[in-house]
Amino acid sequence: MAEANGCGLCKIKVNNISVKKGSDVLLRDVSFELHCGELTALIGVNGAGKTTLLRAILGEIHHSGNVTYESHDGKTLERVTIGYVPQFLDFDRSTPVSVRDFLLCGRTGEPVCLRRPKALCAEVEKALAAVGAAELASRRLGELSGGEMQRVMLASALYPVPELLILDEPVSGVDTLGSERFYESISELRKNYHMSIVMVSHDLQLVRRHADKVLLINRQVLCHGDVDYVYSSKEFRTAFTGGALE
Amino acid sequence: MNTLYSILDSLLPFDWLGYNFMKNAFIAILLIAPLLGILGTMAVNNKMAFFSDALGHSALTGVALGVVLGVENEIISMVAFGVLLALIIAKVKKAKTASSDTVISVFSSASIALGLVILSAGGGFQKYSQYLIGDILSISASEIAMLAAAFVAVIAVWALIFNKLLLLSINRELAASRGVKTSLIENIFVVLVAVVVMLSIKWIGVLLINSLLILPAAAARNVARNSRQYLAFSVLISLVCGISGLIFAYYADTSAGATIVLICSAVFFITYLFRRK
Repeated sequence: MAEANGCGLCKIKVNNISVKKGSDVLLRDVSFELHCGELTALIGVNGAGKTTLLRAILGEIHHSGNVTYESHDGKTLERVTIGYVPQFLDFDRSTPVSVRDFLLCGRTGEPVCLRRPKALCAEVEKALAAVGAAELASRRLGELSGGEMQRVMLASALYPVPELLILDEPVSGVDTLGSERFYESISELRKNYHMSIVMVSHDLQLVRRHADKVLLINRQVLCHGDVDYVYSSKEFRTAFTGGALE
Repeated sequence: MNTLYSILDSLLPFDWLGYNFMKNAFIAILLIAPLLGILGTMAVNNKMAFFSDALGHSALTGVALGVVLGVENEIISMVAFGVLLALIIAKVKKAKTASSDTVISVFSSASIALGLVILSAGGGFQKYSQYLIGDILSISASEIAMLAAAFVAVIAVWALIFNKLLLLSINRELAASRGVKTSLIENIFVVLVAVVVMLSIKWIGVLLINSLLILPAAAARNVARNSRQYLAFSVLISLVCGISGLIFAYYADTSAGATIVLICSAVFFITYLFRRK
């Protein structure tokens, strides 16, 4: 595993991922590469398969093709640390689980209801403080507001510091000012930790400002490259004519 | 067992613990109640209340299959059928082809009907009616030993998968991103529930088993703020209701299982009034 600040991972290769549901092809032969220190925005119209692609990368949906991880010296890595911020949480809000429990249970195998190691608790406090959520540690996860939840989810995704950070529309349901601030902190993370970041987003203006690479899909890769290249492509104009650009 | 009896006699020299069958029932409650209390917390988190209900109903089919196949100990056929059914329901649920409520309901109805048809063939259902309401006073020393072994095994497995299961109950993809093998963990959990439900059903009864699994956890949720309190309250409520129900049933000469469930329900409503807002 990589150290917190020195990335051991260099390249993530997504090779020919296809996903079928019955006779419906959700994704066809999707291939691309991600590099560390880059923020890749995943864009596409509704139903283009953005979330499906993320689920396939996470191995949470049956798919063909694979994802491989390579280190700087060209070696294949078996496992990398992945941080993930879900689009929304549809868990039972009355579940008695504190923010602290939630962060701990992704980190340790010891049942958090029986033992909460002091050292790990201190780490959790630090991880929460890093996203300005230190005061939320003892709150119940289900009673957080949208913005608080988003910060806690980000803290969870960054603890332990991942090599690949996946964000599924992290700013839906948060005001413009909040989302701008969120993007700024993501940009900082990329600089400080040199992690590779994949983010699904609908906000094309923010993507333009913050992303290094853009991957435009609609059940298959339509266009992939630098922001300016993708934004001036024919595929981009076709996909987003009528409404989404204003 | 005799040492255990004499320990009970010296620690708890009460009238109601005078008979050996009451001592057996008491020890059985000390094993079953925490088990159901612990598994219940996760069953409720994962919205599995209806699932475990269906599982309980299928016990009759397990017994029936045992009779048909000539399995001497019906607990073996019950556990085997319960585990099989639990895995099938989990798989069908995951495919999301129909609403999971509907799927579970179909399995529940089919398995209870099949069990009743087989067991009532020839008009001899009377001797199986024990399974419907259970009879904890009839538990034997060897059956307690079996429960104790299951207790240790289930707790060990549960401790191993607890964190993963908690993460899974919050968000599947998030759990997967943390390297949790989501389907495997889910299957292990439904098997645990199936085993515990089947082992307890002869004493608690098909009609009541699910209440004992769900009610203590549901009551604990009303007042708990974190995982530790949730677990502690659930086990505590389960134990207190189990023991007080047993005592009440002894003096009032009522069905022990039903009395326990009734007390659990009362506790649920009380905690509901005091639930954290």
